[in-house]
Amino acid sequence: MSFSSFSDFIHMGGHGLYVWISYATAFAVIVFNILMPMRLRKQFMVEQARQQRREEQNASHT
Amino acid sequence: MWTWFHRLGSPRWFYNISGRWLPWLSVAAAILIITGTVWALAFAPQDYQQGNSFRIIYIHVPSALLAQSCYMIMAVAGAIGLIWKMKLADMAAKSCASIGASFTLLALVTGAVWGKPTWGTWWVWDARLTSMLILFFLYLGIVALHSAISDRDQAAKATAVLALVGLVNIPIIKYSVEWWNTLHQPATFTLTEKPAMPAEMWVPLLIMVLGFYCFFTVVLIMRTRFEILVREWRTSWVKEILAKS
Repeated sequence: MSFSSFSDFIHMGGHGLYVWISYATAFAVIVFNILMPMRLRKQFMVEQARQQRREEQNASHT
Repeated sequence: MWTWFHRLGSPRWFYNISGRWLPWLSVAAAILIITGTVWALAFAPQDYQQGNSFRIIYIHVPSALLAQSCYMIMAVAGAIGLIWKMKLADMAAKSCASIGASFTLLALVTGAVWGKPTWGTWWVWDARLTSMLILFFLYLGIVALHSAISDRDQAAKATAVLALVGLVNIPIIKYSVEWWNTLHQPATFTLTEKPAMPAEMWVPLLIMVLGFYCFFTVVLIMRTRFEILVREWRTSWVKEILAKS
């Protein structure tokens, strides 16, 4: 451990703001990269399911 | 060799095999990044000149490395798509663009935040920083070009050409710290020399670099699999997958 207390750890010897901004941005970029493809996939699935139902309806009408 | 190449080019084969790789790669990425972050933040010693702001290196260097590797992968995949008309390569190239943009942004932001306490300024227009900013704009240009052209094959061709032209920026980024006077320090890792820092500093950095590359592979596969579903939705095997979910 290079810090003696938790407040020392947060403070980072006066550089806390810079260090924590960096790690928070990294966290945001990682989360963005995980959630984006999942959201796109879900949207696509919903869209496809809707289209499927529409096609089935059309088929039953004719 | 060629049967392997053709199989790799088959979206269905790739979709199936990558589905089996994903859990392992995700676990590896999570373990590496969590270990690296804890080590970097709490256990690595502080730098005798920079103090604790030095801990930004553990985000900055991996993201900058990844931003450049991702660009090279995108350009090579684009070239493969152009030359051999391999659909899977086009999809991978498209998937690289926004991932690369996000990591270039991360490298720029952490660089600025590190620059403030170290150099006394958020930004200087020197060669390294400017060429990284150009890399960011190249990525944004490729994302924009993809959304501007509705025909998929035309979009893949145009973006592959842009990516290949932009490839000239990569050696400029790499050698910018040697060719021009700059505030930016030279490379932390080289293949030929031992790192100029103690092991308890560079081991976590190496872990973070590996973790970032694993993570990149995971999200690249996720996006490419999504592209496969979108482009192959008419085929029977994709319809089966869609029906199951």
